[in-house]
Amino acid sequence: MTRTDTMTKSISSGLTRTVSPARRAQNSIMFGLVALGTVIVLIPLALILFQVVYNGLRSINLDFFIKSERDMSMITGGGGVLNAIVGTLLMVAVALVIGLVVGIATGIFLSEYREHPLVGVVRVMSDVLTGIPAIVVGLVIYGLMITTKLPGYSGLAGGVALGLIMIPIIVRATEEVLKLVPTSIREAGLALGLPRWKVTMQIVLPAASTGIITGAILGVARVSGEAAPLLFTSFGNPDLATNLLQPMAALPSAVYSLAFKALTPAQNEQAWAGALVLLTIILISNILARFFSRPRSYRAPKANTAKT
Amino acid sequence: MTPTIPTPPRRSFGMNSGSDNVFRNIIIGLSSLVLVATVLYGFVLIVGGLPAFQREGIGFLFGLNWDPGKGIYQALPFIAGTFFTAFGALLLAVPLSVAAALFISEYAPRWLAGPVGSAIELLAAIPSVVYGLWGIFVLIPAVRVFQVWFVSVTGVPWPPTGTGLMSAVLILAVMVIPFICAISRDVITLVPNDQREAAYALGATKWEVIRFGILPYARAGILGGVILGLGRAIGETLAVTMVIGNANVIASTPFSSTATMSSIIASNFGEANETLRPALIAIGFMLLVFSVIVNVIARIVITRLTPVGTR
Amino acid sequence: MENQMKLTPPPQSVISTAAVRLESQSVSIFYGEKEAVKNVDVSFKSNTVNALIGPSGCGKTTFLRAINRMHDLTPGARVTGKIMLDGNDLYGDGIDPVDVRRRIGMVFQKPNPFPTMSIYDNVAAGLKLAGERNKQKLDEVVERSLRGGALWDEVKDRLKAPGSSLSGGQQQRLCIARALAVDPEILLMDEPTSALDPQSTSRIEDLMETLKQQVTIVIVTHNMQQASRVSDTTSFFYVGDLVEHGVTSEMFTNPKDKRTEDYITGRFG
Repeated sequence: MTRTDTMTKSISSGLTRTVSPARRAQNSIMFGLVALGTVIVLIPLALILFQVVYNGLRSINLDFFIKSERDMSMITGGGGVLNAIVGTLLMVAVALVIGLVVGIATGIFLSEYREHPLVGVVRVMSDVLTGIPAIVVGLVIYGLMITTKLPGYSGLAGGVALGLIMIPIIVRATEEVLKLVPTSIREAGLALGLPRWKVTMQIVLPAASTGIITGAILGVARVSGEAAPLLFTSFGNPDLATNLLQPMAALPSAVYSLAFKALTPAQNEQAWAGALVLLTIILISNILARFFSRPRSYRAPKANTAKT
Repeated sequence: MTPTIPTPPRRSFGMNSGSDNVFRNIIIGLSSLVLVATVLYGFVLIVGGLPAFQREGIGFLFGLNWDPGKGIYQALPFIAGTFFTAFGALLLAVPLSVAAALFISEYAPRWLAGPVGSAIELLAAIPSVVYGLWGIFVLIPAVRVFQVWFVSVTGVPWPPTGTGLMSAVLILAVMVIPFICAISRDVITLVPNDQREAAYALGATKWEVIRFGILPYARAGILGGVILGLGRAIGETLAVTMVIGNANVIASTPFSSTATMSSIIASNFGEANETLRPALIAIGFMLLVFSVIVNVIARIVITRLTPVGTR
Repeated sequence: MENQMKLTPPPQSVISTAAVRLESQSVSIFYGEKEAVKNVDVSFKSNTVNALIGPSGCGKTTFLRAINRMHDLTPGARVTGKIMLDGNDLYGDGIDPVDVRRRIGMVFQKPNPFPTMSIYDNVAAGLKLAGERNKQKLDEVVERSLRGGALWDEVKDRLKAPGSSLSGGQQQRLCIARALAVDPEILLMDEPTSALDPQSTSRIEDLMETLKQQVTIVIVTHNMQQASRVSDTTSFFYVGDLVEHGVTSEMFTNPKDKRTEDYITGRFG
């Protein structure tokens, strides 16, 4: 109300019978500025997309996917990042397990046990976790799993670090979609004489599953691009490794070292190819997430109450 | 005092359902891992960084001398580097992000708003290393060209290397723009339509509708998004590491190499010795503290300042 | 069709001699400090339809939800007094609310089929999720319940279709079938037709006549005509008090309390 009143005052003070030339000009200038700002925003972003795709396509080849960094030559290039792709897959899998188990449980807690005294603090802490820099997570896992040799530099340590980053993403997604499930659905389940946990797990959670899947996909997209938490946890490994207790390479870390620590243009080309693969992963994840977040089977009953 | 009604023993739901209790305990146990994790973060970093805090005392925060050769670790250059880059990036990013958000939500026709919005969301998800790669091979050469030209025109004695503070600010700005823009767009879209209509009905121009009908409502949300963007900029690591030059000193010119808290950790931790490592962990602790503070402020801003009715 | 199962309501004498199934003794219900239902004593007899009427916010639904212990879910809600099913206090020590709800089913104001489940799964949910795996038994129960809900003929060819694909009236009958599938003794109905069109409403009213052969029904309704059409007894709630309770036909022709009369004749509400 009051806001609208002040608005009325602000506008009517400058209001004449027709829109004055000054106001017209101001309107056009502001439109020009907004449009200009949008163009400035889009230029570097378009450049990045174009250059990653262009340079990536030039450098990518079959070897890139079936050979490891061990086979790379500083001078001639060659070799590939199979070790890093496999490492990323394994560590993201570990992260996904951690993220789903803890994230969904916490989301259920925040949404279904709202009367519990810990709900407020858990929600705040989950939000806080979202904002903690990935490099800090890497340092923490270094202190917990590397210095203690439990188990030292390893894919497992990297996966746990990525999992910690994924947890708050899934918590948020789960809580939000669970809250969208109408209370009446829960009551209907309870009124059938089902225990609360069965109502939660087998009626409410399935009704929210598409939203949770979307959250999980976006979480996977996020952590598969993270290199910072892996630098001192999974460490890297030029050979193909599938043992989670051994040091392991990851695609974003490979891009980082091929771009930043590399000595020759051949390695830099590999970095562009790696960046293209990362970009593709992100693009596919986004499309999948969009697909899943589209409401499909669930329609609110009210949509067709009018008919018999 | 209102008279209290005698309370019979509270009958909590599922009191007698054994399976419900088991389930609830599992849920609470897993959820408390979130609390444990948060506490553990602080604990591990304090313990790991303790030697550095003890050795340097308050000088760790306020001293400018970072000399691993002599075993002196004073972190102010990196704290300063983090704040210079983060605020510099926000200075560029905020007006541009809000402009793009307004364009998408208020000006652009539907066929354009959708794709542009999706593109910006996609860009917010691109990994840091990809931005860093682009920074090294595209941004730095471009910045170098600009710097050479600038030095030749103005005659300032700044070494035009390309690498350094300026490139870091630019790459950070490019990275946080999609983030702030996406949040701002969401907030602007949430402004109730009657605000727009009320302003139009008064004969307001499009800009006046935005200025008096929309921005007052969206202000808190946008500010919250900006602060969250600040949190991102503070914690952003690899892209910055790849373009900032990682020198152990405060930048003396806008072109100079320097380092941020996160970039010094990323670039030095791998080869750190037993005295450097605690110092880097201590910087990590400071980074944790800053990011927590920034995020908590952002949430408070969003919940406190949002006008009733828009949330 | 369900019409062939329709029976005439039992004569008054049957009501007066039938055994009491459900009885409340000094039931008060609080939300925090606020007393929403005050000291209600009422009893419902076997195989009857019992209407709870009264203006909005007068405690009808609150009282109804106390019967199957749905308030256990609401933080701050408290029930005092006793609610007896066949002489056993539903709030007594060692009584599991889950068991209570198994015996006392509920149909809600808005149809609320489980969103991700088919018609079949909706009806089978109560048994399936409680561990029943026998496909033949489930098929049987689903058919019996859908017949009981007067929906079988309309959906027997598309049991795998999503429950949400049905019309509003069909969804509500699906919810009735779902409640019947766990074989409850009491069926609570919270304004079950308020979200439905007149045609669907009359089908559900007809259905109640049939259902009371197997269950005792307690129904909250805002609709005076509905109460007079379907119920054997009526309880009038006003501002948390049970003002009057009695045989429907008597109460509607000869209310004892002035407030009841005013409400029934439409002077307020």
